[in-house]
Amino acid sequence: MELRRAPRTVIDPKVRQVGFITPGATLPPARSHSVPTDACSTSPPALDVSLPGSSISPVMIPPPRHASADGLSSLARSAATAAAPVPVPVPASHLRRDTVQIPVGSYNPSETLLGSSPMMSPSSGLDAGSEFSNEVPTSTWLGRRGSGKFASSFPATSGEMMAMKTTGGGGGGSTPKSSLTTASVVKALPGVSEKDGGALIEMQNEGTSKPQKQKTSKAERRAIQEAQRAAKAAAKEAGGVKPSASSGGAVPALKQGKVAKPSSQRKDGPQVTAPVTSSEKKVVDRLPEKDRKKDVPHPRMQFDDKHRVEKAKRRAVVNQSEARSRVELFRHLPQYIRGTQLPDLESKFFQLDPIHPSVYKVGLQYLSGDISGGNARCIAMLLAFKEAIKDYSTPPEKALVRDLTAKIGSYVSFFIECRPLSISMGNAIKFLKSRIAKLPHTLSESEAKSSLQSDIDRFINEKIVIADKVIVRHAVTKIRDGDVLLTYGSSSVVEMIFLYALELGKHFRVVVVDSRPKLDGQALLCRLVAKGLNCTYTHINAISYIMHEVTRVFLGASSVLSNGTVYSRVGTACVAMAAHAFQVPVLVCCEAYKFHERVQLDSICSNELGDPDVISKVPGWKDLNHLDNWADNENLQLLNLTYDATPSDYVSMIITDYGMLPPTSVPVLVREYRREHLWI
Amino acid sequence: MPDVQALVNDFVLKLKRRKIEGSHASARHTAELLRSVISHQRMRQTNQAGALIDAVKAVGEQLIAANPVELAVGNIVRRVLHIIREEDLSSTATAIEGLGLSAGSDDDDEGQYEDRPALSAAALAAAARSTLRAPSLQTLLGDIPGSAVTPQPPSSWGDSEGKSKSDKNLRSRKLKHDVIEAINELIQDIDTCHEQVSEQAVEHIHQNEVILTLGRSRTVKEFLCAAKEKNRSFRVFVAEGAPRYQGHVLAKELVGKGIQTTVITDSAVFAMISRVNMVIVGAHAIMANGGVVAPVGINMVALAAQRHAVPFVVVAGSHKLCPLYPHNSEVLLNDLKSPSDLVDFGEFSDCMDFGSHGGSPLLHVVNPAFDYVPPKLVSLFITDTGGHNPSYMYRLIADYYSADDLVVKQRSTS
Repeated sequence: MELRRAPRTVIDPKVRQVGFITPGATLPPARSHSVPTDACSTSPPALDVSLPGSSISPVMIPPPRHASADGLSSLARSAATAAAPVPVPVPASHLRRDTVQIPVGSYNPSETLLGSSPMMSPSSGLDAGSEFSNEVPTSTWLGRRGSGKFASSFPATSGEMMAMKTTGGGGGGSTPKSSLTTASVVKALPGVSEKDGGALIEMQNEGTSKPQKQKTSKAERRAIQEAQRAAKAAAKEAGGVKPSASSGGAVPALKQGKVAKPSSQRKDGPQVTAPVTSSEKKVVDRLPEKDRKKDVPHPRMQFDDKHRVEKAKRRAVVNQSEARSRVELFRHLPQYIRGTQLPDLESKFFQLDPIHPSVYKVGLQYLSGDISGGNARCIAMLLAFKEAIKDYSTPPEKALVRDLTAKIGSYVSFFIECRPLSISMGNAIKFLKSRIAKLPHTLSESEAKSSLQSDIDRFINEKIVIADKVIVRHAVTKIRDGDVLLTYGSSSVVEMIFLYALELGKHFRVVVVDSRPKLDGQALLCRLVAKGLNCTYTHINAISYIMHEVTRVFLGASSVLSNGTVYSRVGTACVAMAAHAFQVPVLVCCEAYKFHERVQLDSICSNELGDPDVISKVPGWKDLNHLDNWADNENLQLLNLTYDATPSDYVSMIITDYGMLPPTSVPVLVREYRREHLWI
Repeated sequence: MPDVQALVNDFVLKLKRRKIEGSHASARHTAELLRSVISHQRMRQTNQAGALIDAVKAVGEQLIAANPVELAVGNIVRRVLHIIREEDLSSTATAIEGLGLSAGSDDDDEGQYEDRPALSAAALAAAARSTLRAPSLQTLLGDIPGSAVTPQPPSSWGDSEGKSKSDKNLRSRKLKHDVIEAINELIQDIDTCHEQVSEQAVEHIHQNEVILTLGRSRTVKEFLCAAKEKNRSFRVFVAEGAPRYQGHVLAKELVGKGIQTTVITDSAVFAMISRVNMVIVGAHAIMANGGVVAPVGINMVALAAQRHAVPFVVVAGSHKLCPLYPHNSEVLLNDLKSPSDLVDFGEFSDCMDFGSHGGSPLLHVVNPAFDYVPPKLVSLFITDTGGHNPSYMYRLIADYYSADDLVVKQRSTS
């Protein structure tokens, strides 16, 4: 034991500066084990375990001493890292007003208790010193993070943590109870830290006594006595400090008190009514963990996993028949025979009561391909949800938050059955769900519904409509007179850019490149020509022929992933590649809500398979019937990919509603955007 | 020779109307036509080779002009010219051997085909000789004293027949006969080049290989089928090759042979190339610098292959080997096909306002037939003479063509 403890005093300060070290690992085992057992399955240990993973900063400061302290700092850090909204702790402040001493107390009682236990006084002093030594880097770190907000939220989160403990332990915890429980938690600690302290004292006071100690119990006993005396003295001291801190006297003895003070005062300003805060707090308490989970996107359903596919099928509303001959490489993706399920679904219209008609309608439109394109699909889905929410009424004995979330979830799975979700839709759903989850309990049903509806409207307006306008404004600055602009497929925002540039009176020519099987470039071409734009139309094979005369390439995107990969309609990568080969700048126009933290290197791991039949038939080529009855031959497969991934080095610039950025800056935007995403 | 002229005109018309397309068909037809031209050529007493060359050039010029993009026509014309020269040279060599070395030479009739503008006769002939004869040590050593002795020694083969009046009748018939024989061989070569190329397939395709190709090429088909016949099992991705969709045909043929085939759209090439071991495509023509003129879309495939370090292999018969160096070949060596392959005029006629924009059309539809792949994107050429680097193409060309014939143009005087 002593051998283990001995280095600790030496190493600790060092350890606190560098490395991914779980606190449990650095601390002596006795202590680290004792913490979870003492804390009796409250959240802090769990937090500790998952702490390094959640942290962005490569340099991590292991938290000071106690489990509670660990919890605190980890919470604070997770609040910082997971970009939990800063004002979130604010409503909780009211409760903490009377328990202000608790964050302080979470340190102090331990010390007082330690003090009351007969050892400790030098060690407490030492520990206070060590606290400072590690508190300082923490605070600088927080300062670097910016604006001391986090520093102020530090004790606040500690308070939350306590609230969490209370909710975890006692169910609906009220504030006094929480103070009690924390006290008890802390009380449980001294027993451990007593020994620790003793050892420390030995280390400190009788640095040479280590070998003696083991032999002579007398010396040990004397040391203990000394320590106890010292501890008593310290206890008195601490006892003196504690009331002064709680009474609000400015005693700078403890850093904790100092930090807690201004923050609590500040938080007193925007007080909200108590019941609201309690409900809000619960939501908020759950947030960091949830966020951390969100850090790693859920693995998508892999369709080569038989069990899960079976399970999903049993639940499915849409009974799609699977395609027979599938391409080996893409077994993990769903592939169905198109068109078979449409009449079936139509006939089921009146039986499927859990699904709202508007949702149903949009789903069918996805299925038949009437609605396609990232923005169109997303808007259609959100509007359908809006309708569904409008007609929603909470069933008796159910909470709106839970029931509506479940309902939206079932709608979403219906949509997925109709057509796999695009990433932008996933983001929109995430937004809506977080809005539902954050609904204050005080709102009546109608209020909640109207607030959700206005949220949806706001999302559509801000994230799609206005974002497009901003993108157009940005992009149009990149169009000069005499330019030849190339676009691929049909992107709504690129079309808007062209039309706006035309409106501004710029002289340019547009090359529309298209590819089978969708040929949606033709529709774009039609619209552009009708507006009087000078257009050239060609197919994707001729891209290197046409690229000679092109000066800019404008592309739309289905999503931009955080490694800079542009996930877009199949063929986009080819166009970008050709442009890259001919040194033509490639500008990708994409609204920020389509960004996603996922990363992808190829177009195979995640993709969407379209209907293979459209490959075998070429409209207008009636004598091209070589591939009729292709499904009968097991050697022949048709592959109709929908998306591909453009590597980031082919992309010169990504134009978003936040401005124009290089593809390397995408992760920054994703991170920042997520924070804001939670705010709206 | 009215009948020959009729044949020529017919063929020219077919080329112009693109009735005959594809390098194989046009090469074959050209060779056959030239054979009949030669066989109908009335032989003069003197300078038969020159006369034949003139006749062939006259026809060849018309054929090349009929469809300059169909490079195989030009290739075959040059090959035939080369054959005439070679046969003439060999017969001359035998004649010289028989007569002993004829020291002097009169340039009267020789000048007929030697005085090409911009190039000195001597230099050209030297070049021709050096390309004709294998560069063996003996010829190298033998040439040096010869050139030292006579001021214009290389130009001494065409006229030696004038001095050997005795056997000229026999030799004149022999030259024509030899040339026709050689052309027959050439035609046979064109027909069997697929087999020779595909014989090498097993050396390049291993078990479980994943191969990507675009469009349809007969050589590629034969290549893959040959590998399949040797019981290699592999998988082929066929990009359909819009706007002609020949990939569908190829896919059907491959499936008929029992090859695992997946048809993809052209746009999915980049997505799939990362899982492909080798790209095998056919070519329309191989240029002297090692660049490839190929069906449209192949440059895209080559770029994608380069990105993923996938070997890009071009299989082609040697009749596709063109001795010309390309310049801006995406534009100059290209055919723009009908827009109706891409868009339906009916759909667009109503959205276009013809009245307003000063008569200039707003909508252009570009439908090129060919792509140019620069040599740096090509990993390997597999021809009927074996596998070659792009950088080696110039040497192969020197084997097949005479440097005199790079520009097939009749003398302005005739």
